[in-house]
Amino acid sequence: MAIEILMPALSPTMEEGTLAKWNVKEGDSVSSGDVIAEIETDKATMEFEAVDEGVIGKILVAEGTEGVKVNVAIAVLLEEGETADDVTITSAPAATAETPAESTATSVPATAAAPAAPAPDQSPDWPEGTEMKQQTVREALRDAMAEEMRANENVFLMGEEVAEYQGAYKVSQGLLDEFGAKRVIDTPITEHGFAGIATGAAFGGLNPIVEFMTFNFAMQAIDQIINSAAKTLYMSGGQMGAPMVFRGPNGAAARVGAQHSQDYAAWYAAIPGLKVAMPYSAADAKGLLKSAIRDPNPVIFLENEILYGQSFDVPVMDDFTVPFGKAKVWREGSDVTIVSFGIGMKYALEAGEKLAEDGISAEIIDLRTLRPIDYDTVLASVMKTNRCITVEEGFPVGSIGNHISATIMEKAFDYLDAPVINCAGKDVPMPYAANLERHALITTDEVIAAVKQVTYR
Amino acid sequence: MAAKKPAKKPNVSKDELMGYYREMLMIRRFEEKAGQLYGMGLIGGFCHLYIGQEAVVVGLEATTKDGDKRITSYRDHGHMLACGMDPKGIMAELTGREGGFSKGKGGSMHMFSKEKHFYGGHGIVAAQVPLGAGLAFSDKYRGNDNVTFAYFGDGAANQGQVYETYNMAELWALPVVFVIENNQYAMGTSVQRSTKSPSLWERGAAYGIEGEEVDGMDVLAVKAAGEKAVAHCRAGKGPYILEVNTYRYRGHSMSDPAKYRTREEVQKMRDERDPIEQVRDILITGNHASEDDLKAIDKEIKAIVNEAAEFSKTSPEPALEELWTDIYAEVEA
Repeated sequence: MAIEILMPALSPTMEEGTLAKWNVKEGDSVSSGDVIAEIETDKATMEFEAVDEGVIGKILVAEGTEGVKVNVAIAVLLEEGETADDVTITSAPAATAETPAESTATSVPATAAAPAAPAPDQSPDWPEGTEMKQQTVREALRDAMAEEMRANENVFLMGEEVAEYQGAYKVSQGLLDEFGAKRVIDTPITEHGFAGIATGAAFGGLNPIVEFMTFNFAMQAIDQIINSAAKTLYMSGGQMGAPMVFRGPNGAAARVGAQHSQDYAAWYAAIPGLKVAMPYSAADAKGLLKSAIRDPNPVIFLENEILYGQSFDVPVMDDFTVPFGKAKVWREGSDVTIVSFGIGMKYALEAGEKLAEDGISAEIIDLRTLRPIDYDTVLASVMKTNRCITVEEGFPVGSIGNHISATIMEKAFDYLDAPVINCAGKDVPMPYAANLERHALITTDEVIAAVKQVTYR
Repeated sequence: MAAKKPAKKPNVSKDELMGYYREMLMIRRFEEKAGQLYGMGLIGGFCHLYIGQEAVVVGLEATTKDGDKRITSYRDHGHMLACGMDPKGIMAELTGREGGFSKGKGGSMHMFSKEKHFYGGHGIVAAQVPLGAGLAFSDKYRGNDNVTFAYFGDGAANQGQVYETYNMAELWALPVVFVIENNQYAMGTSVQRSTKSPSLWERGAAYGIEGEEVDGMDVLAVKAAGEKAVAHCRAGKGPYILEVNTYRYRGHSMSDPAKYRTREEVQKMRDERDPIEQVRDILITGNHASEDDLKAIDKEIKAIVNEAAEFSKTSPEPALEELWTDIYAEVEA
């Protein structure tokens, strides 16, 4: 059966080209790989190689012909025992027939449209009457890791100074003693490399916890986090993913300047395939980290250096976890909704106290996880209070607050009595000077001012 | 390129040799077909062909056992065929169809097979190197004697994460063979224009990693070096580097006019060093196979490749619902 040689597409966008030169003539024998012609596109001249072997039976398009459409027969190749007389041309210049027409179905939104009045899950995180103990966020994080490492052999911790030094911020204190050097692993200072090794170990079925000394340093590793850890499940059609946690302090500490003071919440929350948690309290730090370690997906776990030493009530339970995608209402109110997360909650709660003194009743919501986000709790609250502000420490452009505002506008526009205001860090690199740094970060006064603006007080 | 001959020719049976011939020919014919389908517009985007480099993966796969892992860059079709992945599933992924290994969602550069321990198919140059060391980490953690092959090119060899990985792989004695497929050109930049290092494998010495240079056009030399490397890793001695000197006949990707080298250079390599012709010569001159025997193999492979191409055209495009699946694994209740 004679083989038609078709005008090739030589780039993803080529539709036609010039057949610049034939390197063979009728009657020549060719084998696969021989350069048979030169094709000119608008970008380059390319050599065109034979795929099959045989004898050139007929040249159908003369050299020098311009505007030859892709997939038109340009020559015929004869196989053993055939002659040029056997040839009939069948190919059509039309686009490939096999490709089905573009579907007209519209894209599916990531989340179904919210019902008019969402019914958020606001069940308590622990049973009533549970014994509580005071614990720092630092201790809660350590306990979460220790409990999960006891429960699952495949969980291990890796990072700079996590083992012998007991953690740069002492979060991993005592873990080396209990679990040994096989499971609590000091790395060299090499974020890109160890983030990649940990992701590979997760592909291999282990459950790594990668500690970044701060998330500022994870910038060195962000390609592995996003291109390797977050996308592989999708790119493999569900065959393999990265069940792992990347954790460490995020955001501003105090007086450490621009390169060590940045909140990455909005960056990671933008990536499908990642989950993102940013706890405020010690109980949430513990419950969410335990959930993160068990999660079969890569989780970005954003802690805060200033919160590490703060104490909160933590329930005394054998196995306390907090699910992802469930916000916590810290304070119920009727006049305004304040949406925050992480250290932003400190300002939100302080503002809530002061506003109460002024007779303004604020409902304060801690998102706790930023991917997934509990939209229902936010929307139900806004439908009740008709006013909303958001509070976060990160940069103002492309912030979580921007996204929350857009969602409220889309799903609860008619309930709003005032525009949503986003309180965020200032749009500047973090300065070092103490007074400038205070101004660069959000303040409780700014939160109060924003609330007064949306409540017209 | 160094045309180093192996110190000793390994003993190899006729059947093994026929097997290598068959596997290398399969890769070549598959890639030629892929190039053809690309020309017809059935394959889109980037498509990096492995033609010329066949002896590398075939020689190294001959040293593996079940449980061993492999990971590579975007020039990955040869690795997948050599580890036994179904040509139909590979070709259908190239055409972006439901029957592809990633259900059409990965494409030429991002394909995986958990069953065959093939961990991709990675589009970011050198990202697979720490990932490969991580796979080896998982085997060492579990205490088995599996080995991971982490393949990367001469271009990737200049990425920093390779050396971060060398450092930790040796520090932790990870059972990983770093395979530098030196095909002489990182896209359009020759090795000579990108480094003053006399060789790439010797950089491992700075981290205490042993290694060697291999003639990557000679499947038997590759296999012999691979056996040494694998034995080193299985014995718990840590990583090993193989710099396999090879040559890609085609452009970097399909849309590469290849003006950075002469046609004569490519032709000379094809005429004098072709990995498939070398084995063919041994088979014919040693009377291990007749022309008819080899023709029968050709015919059989042509049928398999045509079947794969046909499947890749007829397998439907993925259902639109697939857009929204496989983003997150389900959390167990």
